[in-house]
Amino acid sequence: MANLHAAPVNKGKLFSIYKLPGFTFIAVACFLMLYAPILILVGYSFNSGSSLALWEGLSLRWYFAAWENETVQGATLLSLVIALQAALYSTVLATMAALGTTRTRPFRGQTAIYTMINQPLMVPEIVTAVALLIVFATIKQATGYQGLGFLVIAHTAFCIPFAYLPIRARLEDMDTSLETAAADLYATPWRSFRRVTLPLLWPGILAGAMLAFVISLDDVVITEFVKSAGQDTLPTYMLGQLRRVITPEMNAIASALLAVSVLLVSLIFLINRKKT
Amino acid sequence: MNDVSQSLSDYEQAARQQETRRNWLLCTPALVVLVLAASGPLLVMLFYSFLKSGNYGGVIYEFSLDGWFNVILVRDIFDDVLRFADAHLSVFWRSIKLSAMTTITCVIIGFPTAYFIATRPRRSRNFWLFLITIPFWTNLLIRTFAILELIRNNGVINNLLMDLWLIDEPIQIMYTDTAIMIGMTYVYLPLMILPLYASMEKLDFQLVEAAYDLYATRIRVLRRVIIPLIKPGIVAGSILVFIPSLGAFVTPRVLGGGKNLMLGNLIQLQFDQGQNWPLGAALSITLLAIVMVTLLVYVRYSQRSGGQDG
Repeated sequence: MANLHAAPVNKGKLFSIYKLPGFTFIAVACFLMLYAPILILVGYSFNSGSSLALWEGLSLRWYFAAWENETVQGATLLSLVIALQAALYSTVLATMAALGTTRTRPFRGQTAIYTMINQPLMVPEIVTAVALLIVFATIKQATGYQGLGFLVIAHTAFCIPFAYLPIRARLEDMDTSLETAAADLYATPWRSFRRVTLPLLWPGILAGAMLAFVISLDDVVITEFVKSAGQDTLPTYMLGQLRRVITPEMNAIASALLAVSVLLVSLIFLINRKKT
Repeated sequence: MNDVSQSLSDYEQAARQQETRRNWLLCTPALVVLVLAASGPLLVMLFYSFLKSGNYGGVIYEFSLDGWFNVILVRDIFDDVLRFADAHLSVFWRSIKLSAMTTITCVIIGFPTAYFIATRPRRSRNFWLFLITIPFWTNLLIRTFAILELIRNNGVINNLLMDLWLIDEPIQIMYTDTAIMIGMTYVYLPLMILPLYASMEKLDFQLVEAAYDLYATRIRVLRRVIIPLIKPGIVAGSILVFIPSLGAFVTPRVLGGGKNLMLGNLIQLQFDQGQNWPLGAALSITLLAIVMVTLLVYVRYSQRSGGQDG
């Protein structure tokens, strides 16, 4: 109905109340700016030459180079091992916490629990990283244990809020009537959880787990400070390499990692959209 | 009768207590992990900031305020006089300056973009939003790397300009404050656009229409109607960009090199070459304090303006 008041301005064009001078131009430029650097990065990963500046033709040479690089293999494997564990643990913990904080009367300490869960989102990553370095370095020295446990627990902790958010959102959209019905039909609490709550909650849990996986896979700062010698993940390996001579092999690694993130995020987007 | 209601409320109270206990039990495992690897270490760090620095990293378990002194003061090795630590103060200043400039640039680019998305037909809005969300969830290091490839001396931009004979030698952007600002603007821009969009989506265009009916110009409508209504979104977006900029570590490290340090890099230095853990801990807590104060001011602001709206 916006046209009701529209007065024809010169050249017979309708006056639009939505238009503002230069806004569309800046917006289009913004989208170009957001995607051009990434597309150029991906583009050069297919360069057959060894320079990042000259385009010499299409090839998968650098993907094979990265694939055969043993350091990259090790870093990839480590990244996956940590991200899978962190995603699994944080999702289980976040699901329980979400069940404990939704669909309930306000209870004592609820705000404290929210604050604790959201803490990794509020505290700058470098601060958490340094704090973990101090504590873990002291423990490493005292016990001599230098294993993956430190990285797994650190990743699990900062993945919890990311896993928690979609699960909680899903739970808040579910009412308790189906669970009450199950209880009326003499289902035990465990049985009604497994047969009613869990299937309904599943999309939220899946989205939470994938989000946690992506967040863990992409982490640089905390990993960089917590890792022991020889525990490079893909991002910390890249961070180290960026200070040296950069070859298109880095572009290939970055593009592969990018592809995984984009794929998972698109999936999460689809899962969440089906709901509405 | 009294007995019955009495026992009912007893029953209800017991049920409530049981529910609270159940909720806490469900949350306990997550809380344990968070205490072990998030809040607990922060407390330990606070404790470490009051200890004496060990010679080769680590600490000596003796009380000392040196860590906190060294945040802004240095003791001259020659005449034992206390001076302001110019090196640290300049890092603080650069962090605040670059974060503020990044925030302003993000508003200038983000505002029209969010407005553009909000004025698309309802069906296509999700698509545009999705385009903003994708970079938001992709690796920050990779996005910084992408900027690095653009602005390096033999990077895409310089090569292009030289091929076009516009410049004779590459423009040095890398390892400057400008490089850090470009990088931070690029990586944090989605954090500005998303809350701005959330505000604009709720914008009542009948008010805009009324302003035009009263012969307001486009600029006047923007300044007197749209911007005041979007202000909560601008503030929220600014907070979301300013806070991570202040604590940025990866972007200044990759694009700023060894000289143009920001707070995050100064902190890391204390655990790397500097080997002054108490100072590093004190600097971290200072950064955390600045962030918390900013958040607190924001919460106060949004409570007040929320009260005004309705």
